Amino acid sequence: MLLLILRRFSVLVLTMLAMSLMVFAVLETNPEGLARKAIGQFSTVAQRTAWLARENYYVSVSDAEEKVAFEEKGYVTFSVNEGDWLIAHAPEEGVVYPDKKISEMVDDEVNVIRALQVPMAKRYVTWLGKFVVGDFGYSYRYKVPVSKVLWPRLLETGKLIALVLLFMIPLSLLLGVLAGMREGSFQDRAFSFISIMTTSVPEFASAVLLAAVFVFWLGWLPGTSSMSSGFSWAEMVLPVTVVTLYATGYIARITRASMAEVMRSHFIRTARLKGLSRRQVIMRHALRNALITPVTAILLQIPWLLSGVIVVEYFFAYKGFGTLLWEAINNTDPFLIEACAMVSVVVVVTSQLIMDVLYIYINPRIRFQ
Amino acid sequence: MKYLLKLIFSIRESRVGMIGLAICLFWVLVAIFADVLAPFDPLAIVAPMASPGFSSEQGILWLGGDFLGRDIMSRIIHGARTVLLWAPVATACAYAIGIMLGLTAGYYGGFVDEVLSFFANMVLAFPVLVLLILIISILGASPLSIVVAVTFASSPAVFRLVRGEVLSIRSRDFIAAAKTRGENIFYILFIEILPNAKAPLIVDACLRMGYTTIFIGILGFLGLGFPPPTPDWGGMINENRAIALVAPHMTIFPCLAVSSLVLGLNLLADGISEVSKKI
Repeated sequence: MLLLILRRFSVLVLTMLAMSLMVFAVLETNPEGLARKAIGQFSTVAQRTAWLARENYYVSVSDAEEKVAFEEKGYVTFSVNEGDWLIAHAPEEGVVYPDKKISEMVDDEVNVIRALQVPMAKRYVTWLGKFVVGDFGYSYRYKVPVSKVLWPRLLETGKLIALVLLFMIPLSLLLGVLAGMREGSFQDRAFSFISIMTTSVPEFASAVLLAAVFVFWLGWLPGTSSMSSGFSWAEMVLPVTVVTLYATGYIARITRASMAEVMRSHFIRTARLKGLSRRQVIMRHALRNALITPVTAILLQIPWLLSGVIVVEYFFAYKGFGTLLWEAINNTDPFLIEACAMVSVVVVVTSQLIMDVLYIYINPRIRFQ
Repeated sequence: MKYLLKLIFSIRESRVGMIGLAICLFWVLVAIFADVLAPFDPLAIVAPMASPGFSSEQGILWLGGDFLGRDIMSRIIHGARTVLLWAPVATACAYAIGIMLGLTAGYYGGFVDEVLSFFANMVLAFPVLVLLILIISILGASPLSIVVAVTFASSPAVFRLVRGEVLSIRSRDFIAAAKTRGENIFYILFIEILPNAKAPLIVDACLRMGYTTIFIGILGFLGLGFPPPTPDWGGMINENRAIALVAPHMTIFPCLAVSSLVLGLNLLADGISEVSKKI
């Protein structure tokens, strides 16, 4: 069993590595574009180069190294020292000057260093290393290190998801079990209809509809959940309800299918024929077998929950991970986007690992293999 | 094609299926005849902030006007055209790629299967919305990038489904017979295997179309969908969100439109899966 967990763990680590490579490939392979995102569309070449040098995308080199690089690649990129942001300016657009000496090109007031672009593979390793130790870089939107804003936001989202799970799990399991207990009964059709309704209304739609009813017409609840004056339960009601509604239907459908299948099986018929009461059969025999699939489905739901939470947070202006990601994208804050992507990968992969362990634990067929 | 017709004809045996089909047909017809049905030009400014039933000089705005004064009903009708054009396109692209890779992985197995499955699981493990937002933020908001994003996010799920079906069909006798006859690989994959997996695929296609509608809605809602002033349901909710608490009719009607279309597709999928077991 330990071996099984270890094997799953190594697969997940591999998945995370591959995903990090993907994030890196998409967001980091074009340093010039990255600099443009970080310090703005209207920055000059020299400003961007200075930024890249400061963020260690370039390394300074000696005369000899520059010569070697020039002979190998045919060009040399140069960079300007930190602190020379505003006065630094390159003579022309573009960083490639194959046949000139750098010192000939730049005014005396600018402190020029020779620099080479750091090779991609090396950059990936340092980039990943920084992520592993929790150094996510600097957020240009919030003007603080990314980790200062990311962790509190993630905690807020954690609260939201915890509350959602707290309501969703009992509700969906109960609905599914009650529906699957007697296949084809009125109860079954009614619950199935409810669950298909709730899965059909996307989160943004149910958020709008619930807000219209409870905020606009009845005036019972606040319409935004920015928590501006401390934590408030009233502000949590609508976001939690919206996500719960959507997720409940899906899990209830899975539970229903699993329960119905178990109820059709031979051992349930045997137990009934043996003379056990319906109640005993369901509590003792059916439930244990029927709940294996839904429990794993709930954990598999976490990536979906995260998606729903982003929508809900945006709608209710809840200061969580979702709004952070949205703001990062809308303000093209590169390091914040990277951190958000990587963190969501970690969250999802961790939840999968938990699911695997749980699955092994609750399913005797695997445990005793 | 014949099978599809047979499915549609036998769907009247399932009540939920009929309701779903009716809702879907309603929206398809609305989308086709949008120009005739819409009382106003979806981009024309008629009566700003009008409440539902407001009668202006040019006619009655049954569902009211939005924050700029465009008729909400006309925008919803034309929005049906937007979503019913791009959601099927995106789903079809996801299916084309998913089926190709799924057939390959399922039929050849071994190393090819391992690698393809690994990548599929990797994409599936990523939160869908984060993935979509990332792709759109790199490509920029346009119909094409929406199609690319949705294809990228949903083809792994199609891949998994197809692969599973192929694995169970591959070992059947008629495949061995086809191999013995010396049929070429394309014949076996597309004529022998694929038609035998069509029932679950059609059901899944219906459901996936619903998901795609939701994705397009969410992207519009987050302001990452079709660029304004395209009439798009999600985009309409986003545009009018700021005054939603004062004038809720501007956001409620697009929401009802999205929800009913998705509900129709889900019910249709339920009906088809019920009926396909019988025929």
